Amino acid sequence: MIKTVFSKGKIVAKTGNEVMAEAMRQIEPDVVAAYPITPATEIVQIFSQFVADGIVKSEYIAVESEHSAMSATIAASAAGARAMTGTSSQGLCLMWEMLYIASGLRLPIVMAEVNRAISAPLNIHGDQSDTMGARDSGWIQIYSENSQEAYDNMIQAIRIAEKAKLPTLVTTDGFIISHCMEVVELYPDADVKAFVGIYKPERYLLDTKRPYTLGSVDLQDYYFEHRYQLAQAMRDSKDIILNVAKDFEKMFGRKYEMYEKFMFDDAEIAIVVIGSTAGTIKVVVEELREKGIKAGLLKIRVFRPFPTKQIVKDLSHVKAIAVLDRADSCSGAFAPIYADIVSSLYAAGITIPKVVNYVYGLGGREINTKHIVDVYEILAKIASGVQKPTSQVEYINVRK
Amino acid sequence: MSAKMIEIRWHGRGGQGAKTAALLFAEVVLATAKKYIQAFPEYGPERMGAPVQSFNRVSENPITLHSGVINPNYIIILEPSLMESVSVTNGIGTTGKIIVNTSFSSDEIAKKLGIGVNQVYVVNASQIARETIGKDIPNTPMLGALIKVIGILDINDVLEEVKCKLEIKFRHKPEVISGNILSIKRSFDEVKN
Repeated sequence: MIKTVFSKGKIVAKTGNEVMAEAMRQIEPDVVAAYPITPATEIVQIFSQFVADGIVKSEYIAVESEHSAMSATIAASAAGARAMTGTSSQGLCLMWEMLYIASGLRLPIVMAEVNRAISAPLNIHGDQSDTMGARDSGWIQIYSENSQEAYDNMIQAIRIAEKAKLPTLVTTDGFIISHCMEVVELYPDADVKAFVGIYKPERYLLDTKRPYTLGSVDLQDYYFEHRYQLAQAMRDSKDIILNVAKDFEKMFGRKYEMYEKFMFDDAEIAIVVIGSTAGTIKVVVEELREKGIKAGLLKIRVFRPFPTKQIVKDLSHVKAIAVLDRADSCSGAFAPIYADIVSSLYAAGITIPKVVNYVYGLGGREINTKHIVDVYEILAKIASGVQKPTSQVEYINVRK
Repeated sequence: MSAKMIEIRWHGRGGQGAKTAALLFAEVVLATAKKYIQAFPEYGPERMGAPVQSFNRVSENPITLHSGVINPNYIIILEPSLMESVSVTNGIGTTGKIIVNTSFSSDEIAKKLGIGVNQVYVVNASQIARETIGKDIPNTPMLGALIKVIGILDINDVLEEVKCKLEIKFRHKPEVISGNILSIKRSFDEVKN
């Protein structure tokens, strides 16, 4: 029997896209500007239906491209509106220059993003290359393991973005979550609305009593200070994210942190991962634990800001760690999550864990329990000293 | 994999409603049996007539697995010609069951697929669909057959729930609702080993 966590919650069967649209309906932003793209299309399709049916009072702007979608969202946010959008893959790529403008202007836009591979070759399936490419754009990035987390993250993102004055994107893995119907607990509209509150921007362009300039030229004299402030805002947003999570837990009963530890505290071997594959890894970890193998999982929820100081403390006792990246950086070095994990460990002077990097699942390539068991088997050998850790990116389930 | 988890694979052709059937089955299981569910399609070529698959998982416990279904407990074939072109029995093992929309007997299908006759169930869902819905849309009839074979749901609860769902979906086309309901009931009664 399925029980609700929140006393007034309602258990439903919904896909990742449906719950993201549902969160947007409950948040009811002033403006949504979006352009549809697989596999995120349904989010804006469902939301635009809410607008057409008069269920929400939001202004929906059907634009002609994602560059315009982000531009219109930026303009609305700068004018003082609570503004949202949604996209995926090539759509996010087309937003590129505007992503930096949104963060540079410190606009609290929230985006529903569905992770999808980037062309070429053309592929519509799930990997995280799109948002990993945007990891330095000054957007807070929150990843979801499943539909419940996507829904909960969207609700929290509004509060986070507006407090941190940073644009925030919430992702699901394309098709794997966006199109997977699962059991989700939804909260009543009134409680979600009470949680997100009413947006009161500190400064906004339509405030005629206190006019100000936004986005002006900013040369050698002050540009650096503004970029420093942006970087500092990202560092400071960790506390905001944790505080919002605490409020969320108090209200709705679900606990969120920067990352989730699963059978981790006494783990000797562990995988670090982001997104839906964490769920599949949990099944493997439970099976290994039944055999007495001390396997664990650390699932990163918030990748930007990266919880650098906190994560190294938790990782320091593990003998061998595999960092699984669903994006390859084509850098000649390592993939994004691994690079951040290892530099964080090194900077903290922690050298005990042996850390290896695997790229998996590009373009929706299958990753199942068998592949994950293989990774843990290698980690066990590295931990016991039987096998040396490799010093280059390894690949799971690929033809070389 | 938990022994208690049930995994299902649907085979159809684009336009036959394999995805809709999987989604509807999941909603019905949640509503009538209060079990955890997953329903997801495998997106291939998005063309009418192309072979497509969709999947379900059902469990007493939360389902965290987000990989493909490898060893389904139940396989449903909406379109018999797929048995010629797709490896529909992949992962069936010696205990998995297959439910085929066909006018042939389970003996004949078992022989054709090279599996045990105790694994095969047949129902002429296309004929039932033509007689009840008025056209060959075999997905709702096959839902009825699955519910009979799987045996975990009360058919009357299912019919009631599907009726509610269809009344929302087809509020502008109420004439299709009774036909669909009847097709589920008839397939439930007519599917045989």
